Amino acid sequence: MKKSNGKSNMICKCRTAVRVLMALACPLFLTGCHGHEGLPAFEMPQEFDASRSYEITFWAKNDTNKTQTKIYEKAISDFEKVYPNITVNLRLYTDYGKIYNDVITNIATETTPNVCITYPDHIATYLTGANQVVPLDELIADREYGLGGSSVRFDSPSPEGLIPDFLDECVIDGHYYALPYMRSTEACYVNRTYVEKLGYTLPDTLTWDFVWEVSEAAMAQDEEGNYLVNGQKVLIPFIYKSTDNMMIQMLRQKDAGYSTDEGDILLFNDTTGELLETVAEHTRTGAFSTFKISGYPANFLNAGQCIFAVDSTAGATWMGTDAPLSDISEDKIVRFDTEVMTVPQFDPDHPCMISQGPSVCIFNKEDPQEVMASWLFAQYLLTNDVQTAYSETEGYVPVTYDALESQEYQDYLAAAGEDNDLHYDVKIKAAGLMLDNVENTFVTPVFVGSASLRDAAGQLIEQTVKSVRRGQDVSEDAYMDELYDQVSSLYRLDRIGAMQSRVSAQEADLGKLPATAAALLISLAAAWAIIITYAVCRAVKEKRKRR
Amino acid sequence: MRKLMAILTSVSVILVCAGCGAGSAEADKKSEGVMTYDEYMAADMDSEVVIETYVQAKQSWWDNQATVYTQDKEGAYFLYNMACSEEDYEKLTPGTKIKVTGYKSEWSGEIEITDGTFEIEDGKYIAEPEDVTSILASDELIDHQNQFVSFKGMTVEAAGQDADGNDVAFLYNWDGSGQDGDDLYFNVSLDGNTYTFTVESYLCDNTTDVYNAVKALNVGDKIDMEGFLYWYEGVNPHVTSVTAAK
Repeated sequence: MKKSNGKSNMICKCRTAVRVLMALACPLFLTGCHGHEGLPAFEMPQEFDASRSYEITFWAKNDTNKTQTKIYEKAISDFEKVYPNITVNLRLYTDYGKIYNDVITNIATETTPNVCITYPDHIATYLTGANQVVPLDELIADREYGLGGSSVRFDSPSPEGLIPDFLDECVIDGHYYALPYMRSTEACYVNRTYVEKLGYTLPDTLTWDFVWEVSEAAMAQDEEGNYLVNGQKVLIPFIYKSTDNMMIQMLRQKDAGYSTDEGDILLFNDTTGELLETVAEHTRTGAFSTFKISGYPANFLNAGQCIFAVDSTAGATWMGTDAPLSDISEDKIVRFDTEVMTVPQFDPDHPCMISQGPSVCIFNKEDPQEVMASWLFAQYLLTNDVQTAYSETEGYVPVTYDALESQEYQDYLAAAGEDNDLHYDVKIKAAGLMLDNVENTFVTPVFVGSASLRDAAGQLIEQTVKSVRRGQDVSEDAYMDELYDQVSSLYRLDRIGAMQSRVSAQEADLGKLPATAAALLISLAAAWAIIITYAVCRAVKEKRKRR
Repeated sequence: MRKLMAILTSVSVILVCAGCGAGSAEADKKSEGVMTYDEYMAADMDSEVVIETYVQAKQSWWDNQATVYTQDKEGAYFLYNMACSEEDYEKLTPGTKIKVTGYKSEWSGEIEITDGTFEIEDGKYIAEPEDVTSILASDELIDHQNQFVSFKGMTVEAAGQDADGNDVAFLYNWDGSGQDGDDLYFNVSLDGNTYTFTVESYLCDNTTDVYNAVKALNVGDKIDMEGFLYWYEGVNPHVTSVTAAK
């Protein structure tokens, strides 16, 4: 019996998420999030008024994973027992793009959620709306209601209890605008059986050269067109899920430009061109493809049609012969040994990989007490029970030391491989890979438009792969020049600088007026002064003439 | 005089209708440089294709890209993210004839046209659903990929269990991780085989009859269905109609 799995629709929507995001984000750049005056800046009340009732909304993202949904529901239920005057309404999403899309729409109508799972890149865009996102600096540090505060009714972690690298990722323009919720990175899930069948031994750290070499070696076919390594007519040895991460990590490993902290775009450089030429070379032979063009790496890997599948550690439960989740029918699954390795490196002595995973932000409201209720719930997501339970659903890592060091979590890690469900070894190895490499992770600069720049980085690879598959000549400089122009235009990257200025101006509400904004205001004042002087002089002249 | 006017009017109407009919007949003849369905299916993957087809249903539009189910009298074409202005999207009503230029692609088993552009042509055709119930379990089914089809007399099976362990007839998302408004998944069986069908929420959202009909299903119900024969790692019909079996 052939039974299709429900992931299909999620996939279709993932395929479209970038487009949705683009459609909404780009007009946003032009108009700003706020179609109205904006909210007054949040002022933290002296104390939380527990005598009142509050109803808040929480927009959460899950990986189309029922267990994660249940954990959210349990967290809400447990929180409501501690704070019976706060009701939390859960709205579930399965991709970040859709949340981003809906938040932007709801900023315009002043119906944002109270608490929202998000990425810092997205928050940077939300910040184009005046005072929409609550800066958390004061809330985090508050002795009573802050992290680990004395008046918080549950065991909240102290600021020092959060892994500093993860907390630092939530800083935008010098302020905390989110709390980390979970962290992951990318992993390369390798069919070790096929690598060895091809006569290779996996190195301690994967390199790009090794992956390309093995991938090319795997392309040998018999007279009937079957690939020798798998005996099938289908094989894509190397498939990358998130090509934006692929490009970003390659550039970082090469110490090449991507963007500055201030939002200057450096993506379109010679190293990028060289990387794209390599991608083209291996696309031409059929050794490489992407999720958007061919399908999920996990499906190909599990069917013995892929050797190196790069995906998030948060996708580990789909990877491998015994994966608890699968989109392909059982008769298509091939038995092989799965190795979980860091993404390929240019310098294996200095591995370098992206840090990703959901964070939580709080949206501002007219009523500061409602914001306080939101803040308390956001903190609750950092408690041990929530952190350990959620991290165990996928190859996620908790963001607090308490959860990481808890006996429950340590027991969970130690039980890797005891079953193919909660203790699925590939999933726990993926989490272990993240834990072993926290100091080797990085994040890209966050600024208005950084989400678009990320998409553009991926689009360069996607478009190159498409062009090669369609028989176009990508070897000429003219092709790269045109590609750069197209991608830059598609993602409106030329607007990013202007929008960065807009946000800087709004940042003034939170502190010292930026020099550029001050200069602008002085210029305006001077202009008005000249206009008024001119008008007065002209009026005096007219009066004299009449006389 | 009135009689004469009535006769002239009737004759005119008949002539106009005949003209329309002739137009429809001509519409099946492909224009110069346009592939037949067989030629399209024989074309290499990633090659440029030019087809004429008729809109059957629209799934989504954003950022000047439309995803559309289309079909001619020979077969169906799924148009993924075709370039389309919002204004033109409104013109893509069921039956509208369009000429599409794009690239033949495959994504997880789904044959589709990507990076397409289109122009509206004269002609109209709405496909009647083809009953594929008898070939559901056969390899022949894939020949009907993306077509508007029907399934008759299938039995609703449990899609999963609720929090109390009771069988439920449908799930929000494939594993029940979703909420109202998300895709619906339900299982139906025939001759001992069970299949998973989907209400694709972009195609039919939670205000549609089909969405609410599926929410009202009970395990054991006998139902007839219509929908598009979408493919994802195997058959994954996107249903547009569910009624009690006749």
